[in-house]
Amino acid sequence: MAPARPEELYASVVADLLAGVRSVAVGMLSPIPGAGALLARELAAQRGEALRLTILGSHVHSRFTNGGAELFDLAGRGRIDAFFLSGGQIDGQANINLVGTGEYPATPVRWSGSFGSGYLYFVVPRVVLFRWEHSRRTLVKQVDFISAPGTSPPGVHRPGGPVALLTNLCLFAFDRARGRFALRSVHPGHTLEEVRDSTGFDFDGPGGEGDAGAGPVPVTTVPGPERLALLRGPVAREMAGVYPMFAREVFGLGAGDAATPAAPVEGAA
Amino acid sequence: MHPPTPDTLAALIPDGATVTVHKGDAPDVPMALALALVRRGARGLHVVTLPTCAYPASGMMLDILIGAGCVASVETSGVSLHELGPAPRFTQAVKAGTLKVLDSTCPAVYAALQAGAKGQPFAPLRGLLGTDLLRHRPDWRVIDNPFRAQAAVSADASGDVAGSEVGKEAGDVRGDVAADMARDPVVLLPPLNADFAIFHAAKADEEGNVWVGRDRDRVLAAHAAGTTLVTVEERVPGSFFASEVMAAGTIPAACIGAVAVVPGGCWPMDVKGGIALDVVREYQRAARTDEGFAAWLAAHAHVPMHAPAAA
Repeated sequence: MAPARPEELYASVVADLLAGVRSVAVGMLSPIPGAGALLARELAAQRGEALRLTILGSHVHSRFTNGGAELFDLAGRGRIDAFFLSGGQIDGQANINLVGTGEYPATPVRWSGSFGSGYLYFVVPRVVLFRWEHSRRTLVKQVDFISAPGTSPPGVHRPGGPVALLTNLCLFAFDRARGRFALRSVHPGHTLEEVRDSTGFDFDGPGGEGDAGAGPVPVTTVPGPERLALLRGPVAREMAGVYPMFAREVFGLGAGDAATPAAPVEGAA
Repeated sequence: MHPPTPDTLAALIPDGATVTVHKGDAPDVPMALALALVRRGARGLHVVTLPTCAYPASGMMLDILIGAGCVASVETSGVSLHELGPAPRFTQAVKAGTLKVLDSTCPAVYAALQAGAKGQPFAPLRGLLGTDLLRHRPDWRVIDNPFRAQAAVSADASGDVAGSEVGKEAGDVRGDVAADMARDPVVLLPPLNADFAIFHAAKADEEGNVWVGRDRDRVLAAHAAGTTLVTVEERVPGSFFASEVMAAGTIPAACIGAVAVVPGGCWPMDVKGGIALDVVREYQRAARTDEGFAAWLAAHAHVPMHAPAAA
């Protein structure tokens, strides 16, 4: 079996972060979280548990009958346990910026927009942040625009928030009380020094508060043959229907390999 | 009396009108009507995306309207060409400062739309506190939850007061927190009532009812807007209300201003939801420059009927 690709490693970490979750939603432009959530569903099924999965943009994986508001209504009622968010910038307090860099509104760099972040970050208990470019321009000391804040002052209704930040170099956990990230593990082939050099904010070592990270840092667990078989089998086939470009690039599948056809499908016109 | 066309619908939408469009994961993108607005030379439109235009066809349609100079402002939670990347004319217009963007978040758009559809004065929404979205939206307000305050007062009256057995200093701090808890700030959004809702749909019937299936967004948009203008793939005989199954996904004719039959009107989507990504890629490449965009527009918009989707 071919060794794990980086995307497969990240998807496997995502699945671990979803352990025990009963309902997860995957937002726009989130193929790796989508693959990780599909893997988590396969793993849950092996334990005889059900994981309810919603992938926005997939007709097959969006069992909604009350319009686009339904996901947010469910989340507001506490019926979505986990969600994923990214940011053009993410800072050390887990604030995320999906709008642009520089002075708003005529930002020299303009991204697509905040989508559901300004709400879901507040009400979904387990929000996993992801960013596949771990650099000082993406992981910054302070974001230029707060699409959604990492923490809220006492008195603000906030059952939800970030639990982790997964990048192409490492996994951070987020301590909500302290408003700070702590390094959990570094991916194989990368080092703590590399993480430090590439991160624009301060963070704690794996020991949590007060740990400068001088000691040994755990290595992120690589998915074994069983997980890789799930990723390259049922997960890949579902992905082909939802994220055709990603499925082709990572799993070598075309839209014709999709387990269930879902719009939009390239070439369907 | 001639049947309505995209151009007769576009003629109904005056410069400066507020128009809602949809997110485009379903074949709801009124591309033929948008190109007719370009031909009409529409100006100063305020476009509200419900809640985004971030799928390939919806992003492309909004990008064309912006590039063609039809749009003064966009209220949105996201604009892009989905997996293909940024919407080039939108990005360029923001950088140039020629397009006003009112940044929002999806559930805020829905909440405001629901208030508009119901004729209510505002909608409350959790979240948003501490965001720069809120900071840049003077039309949004923050109030204290009147019901929460009531609950906190009755808790105090029962003797369950935070900090009653701790030292004075700590008690004061806890008292502040308790006061904040009692305030329970919550954001209020004004109702969204656009002048026009425009969208594509699969079919209309003899009576002018429009079928949208399970998509409630278009139903809500029609309820909230002053006038709803629809393009459909086909008009079918009879009434959708003859079938309970069809009626469940039907917008009654009373909520529809005009319907034009435009097969392929949601190009480059098809009515089954498929998307010709090569068309969007070609557009994206062209629209990276002013000249390329002008050439694309000349080839695709300045003719009464756009090219049908490639077979």
